[in-house]
Amino acid sequence: MTLQFNDETFRGDYTFHNSPHAVRRFPFPFDRDSYMYSVNIEQHPGGAAGTPFEFAFDVDEHYVSEMRDRAITLAEDAQRCQSLPHMELAGWDLLELIMVSKARDYPHWFELTRDGNAWRWINKPMGVDDSFTFLDASTLPYGPLEYITRQAQGDFALLNERDGNLWLDAGMITSQADWSLDFDVGMNFFEWHAPVPKAGKMGVFDKALKFLLAVNQGQSYRRLNWTMTVNPRLDTSPENYHKWGPEKRSITPDNVGQRQFLRVELQTFWRLPRSNALAFPIRCYLASLEDLCTQPKWGRRLHRVLRDIDPDLADYKGFAVNQPTIVDYLSNFDDGAPTSQGIYPDASGA
Amino acid sequence: MSTQLKVTVAEVEALTPLVKRFRFEAADKTPLPVFSGGAHITVSMQDGARLRHNAYSLISDPYDGSGYEIAVRRDDQGRGGSKFMHEQIAVGDTLTISVPANLFQLDLRARKHILIGGGIGITPFVAQLRQLDMIGAPYELHYAAHSRDEAAGLALLPQADNILIHVSQDGTRMDLGRILADQPIGTHVYTCGPETLISAVAAEAAAKGWPASAVHSEAFTAPPPGEPFEVTIGSTGQTVQVGADQTLLEALEEAGVPINWSCRGGACGQCETSVTTCDGDIEHNDHWLSEADRAAARAIMPCMSRFRGDHLVLDL
Amino acid sequence: MTQTRFSPSIPSRPVYSGLVSCGSALSIMVADEAGAAALTDLARSDASVMDKAHLLLIGVSQATVQELSALTPRSLSQSPTVQGAEEIFDALIAHAAIGTLLFCAGSEGLIGQFSARAMRFGLSPDAIQSEHRGSVARRMQCVHCKGITEDVTTDPFICGHCGLTLFVRDHFSRRLGAFQGVCVDAETPGDIPETVEIRP
Repeated sequence: MTLQFNDETFRGDYTFHNSPHAVRRFPFPFDRDSYMYSVNIEQHPGGAAGTPFEFAFDVDEHYVSEMRDRAITLAEDAQRCQSLPHMELAGWDLLELIMVSKARDYPHWFELTRDGNAWRWINKPMGVDDSFTFLDASTLPYGPLEYITRQAQGDFALLNERDGNLWLDAGMITSQADWSLDFDVGMNFFEWHAPVPKAGKMGVFDKALKFLLAVNQGQSYRRLNWTMTVNPRLDTSPENYHKWGPEKRSITPDNVGQRQFLRVELQTFWRLPRSNALAFPIRCYLASLEDLCTQPKWGRRLHRVLRDIDPDLADYKGFAVNQPTIVDYLSNFDDGAPTSQGIYPDASGA
Repeated sequence: MSTQLKVTVAEVEALTPLVKRFRFEAADKTPLPVFSGGAHITVSMQDGARLRHNAYSLISDPYDGSGYEIAVRRDDQGRGGSKFMHEQIAVGDTLTISVPANLFQLDLRARKHILIGGGIGITPFVAQLRQLDMIGAPYELHYAAHSRDEAAGLALLPQADNILIHVSQDGTRMDLGRILADQPIGTHVYTCGPETLISAVAAEAAAKGWPASAVHSEAFTAPPPGEPFEVTIGSTGQTVQVGADQTLLEALEEAGVPINWSCRGGACGQCETSVTTCDGDIEHNDHWLSEADRAAARAIMPCMSRFRGDHLVLDL
Repeated sequence: MTQTRFSPSIPSRPVYSGLVSCGSALSIMVADEAGAAALTDLARSDASVMDKAHLLLIGVSQATVQELSALTPRSLSQSPTVQGAEEIFDALIAHAAIGTLLFCAGSEGLIGQFSARAMRFGLSPDAIQSEHRGSVARRMQCVHCKGITEDVTTDPFICGHCGLTLFVRDHFSRRLGAFQGVCVDAETPGDIPETVEIRP
C-alpha cells in the first residue's frame, strides 16, 4: 500500500483535509438513526481490510501532521503528558505493544529489531532511527510513554488497577474533548467521569468498569464515542478553551458544511502484561459535515440523530449552540428514505 | 473466557515429597506472553471423562517468555486436580493453558512491600520477588510452613537477608505482631496461604491500625469437594447433576450450558450467576459476592460454591 | 458553628464525613480556627484520641491554642501560615508509622491540601478523616494557567494569576486538593454572568 501523508494543520489556517479514501473509511459511529449512551463494545482489532478497525493501531494519511501538532501542543504545555512514578512500567508495556504492532502491520514504515533488551526502532514516516535499552528510561529522550506516543496517533490513558477500581495514573492527552489530564491524573474511574451527565445515573460506568476489570491479556476491545468540533482542531483542551472557544460561535448556514466536524473517538482497551495496567488509547477522527454527506446513508442518519438527541447530551457534547444550524444543513441530505443497518456506507455511496 | 495457549511439558521436578514443579513451553516454540508477578494460569486437564481447569500461580521469571513454571501441591483430599497433575502429567505431554491473568498484583506505589506466604501459598511471591528485584523496591518476605515436606519455598526462594523462613517443625514460628509493627506509612502487606493465615494477618493489621487498602490477600483457589447436588437451568428447565468431586461450573460445562469464566477461584467475578429460586442453602466459597449478596441468595459463583437443599434454579 | 452539610454533587466532589474516634491511635490532626472546634468535639466524645495525637493548628487565636492544649495531646504545633504549617506537617508525616491517621478539620482548602500532601507521602485515603467547618470558600485551580486561587467565595471569580474570569466547577482533584475553574466567557468574551456567592 502506498499512502501519501498529508501536509496539513490542525490550528491557525486549518488546512486539514480528508481524501475521498479517508472519507469512505471514516469510523461513522451511528449504527441506527438515534443515539443514547451504550457500552457498545466489540473485539479489536478486527474489521474489513482498509477500515480503521483492521489493525491494532491505525496509521492513516494524517499521521505525520498529527504528530507535528502534538509536538506543538507539548512545547506549549508539557503537562499534557504525565505519568505518576509507579506507571513507568506500564509505559514500557505500551511502548512494546505499539512498536510490535506497527512493525507487524506496517512493515514498510516501521521496523523493530530486538536482541534481548537491546532494541532498535525505525519509524520511516517520521525519520526516527533510535537504539535503546528496553526498561531503561535513561536510554530514551523521553519517558517510555511520552516517547512512543509522540509517534502514535490518538490520546493514550494508562489505568492502574487497585481496590477493585481503575485509576487514571498516566496519559498523553493532546486531543481531548473537555477534560484535563493535569487535573484528572490520579483519579479513579468514577471521579474521572464525574462531569459526564446522565451516564452515571444510568449505571453506564458501573457496567463499563466491570467490563474493563475483566479484560485479560490477549483480548482487546474497542468502542466508538463521538462529539462535535468546530474547525478540524485536535487541541480542544479545557486548558486552551479561552483561545478556541470563540471559534465555536463562528458557525453560519454558509460555512457549517465545511467548518462543523464530527469528531469520533475510536477507543480501545488492552491489558498490559508486565504492569497489569490497562491501556486506553483514544484515537480521534475528524470529518466535516460536507464530507460525511457525500455518503447518502450517513447524511440521512446524522440528520436524524442530531435532530432528535437528548438536549443534555447536545449540551455536554458542546454543540447545542449550533444545533439548529447543523440540523438545518443536514435536512438537505435527508429525503426520509430508510437507512441500512450498521455503520458502513452503502456500496453505491461513493 | 481467556485466550488459550497450547504448551508442552518441558520439565517435571519433585521439590518436596508433596510438591512438584512443572515447566511448560509453547507447543509451536514461539515465546509465551510475559506477565506480572502474582499472575496465574488455568491448566485444562482431561481427567477421564471430566475436563478440569485448575488455576495455578506462575513461579517463573515474569519477563521470560521462554516458558512458564508452576508448583503443584498434591492434595489427596481435594477433587483430584493436583493428584492428576502429580500422577498423569509427564515430560512431553501437551496441555492447554490460559494466558496469564492477575488478581493479586503488587501495588507499585508502595514505599515498602511485606510478603507473607504460608505453605504452597508461597507461589505467587516467587514471581513477585523477581519483579521487585528488577524495579528495586524495598521488601521483606516471610515464609511459613508446617513441615519441610510441604515447604516448596525452601527450593524456590533465593537466600537473602530480607527473605525469612519459618518452619514450625524446626521450631521457628512467624511473629506477625513484630512483622507488622513500626513499618513506614505507605507499606503494603500481601498474604497468600490458608484462610487461617490470611485472617491472622488481617486481624493483626487491623489491630495495628493498618488501612484496609494496604492489606491484600489471595486464598488458595482450589474449590472444595462436597456432597453431590442438582440445579435447574431457568431458560430450558434442564437439570444438571453436580458430582461430589466436581464444581458446579464444571458440571455446567459438561452439560453444554454456556458460561463465562476466568480465574475459577471465586475472585474475578466472571462466572457470577443469578439465582431465581433457592430452596435450600448455598455454600458460598468465593471471595467475590458481598455479605448482602449472600444474604439475599440471589447469586452464586459456580466455580467455587455448592448447594445443599431441594431446589436451585439458575438464571441461565 | 457545626459541621457543614453540603448538597449532593458529582462523584469527584469530596464528602466530609466528620471526625470519629479510633481510640488512642497514632494521629496527626490539622485544623484552622473553625476546625479546632471539631477537634474539641472529637476529644469530648472520646478523650483517648488525644493520647498519641500531634496537633497542628493554622492561623488560630491564642484562646483556641489554650483550649486545645487543655485536651493534652501528645504534641501541639502552630503556624500563622499554611506554608509554615506544611514544613511542620512534612516532618511529622515523613517518619510516621503505618497505622497513623490523619484528621483534617476546617475549610475545604485546608482539608484538600493536607490530604493531598499526606497521600504524596504514601498515606492511604482510608487513613484520612475530615470534617468541614466554617467558610465554604474553595481552593481553585485555574485550568488555563494552573495557578491556585485560595478562599474563593464567588462564582464566577477572577483567577489571581492569569486574570481570566472562571466559573466554579464541582469537579475536584484529590491530588491537587483543589476544584477546577474554567473560563466563563471563553466562547463569548466579555459576556459574564452575574456573580453569586458559593453555597454549600
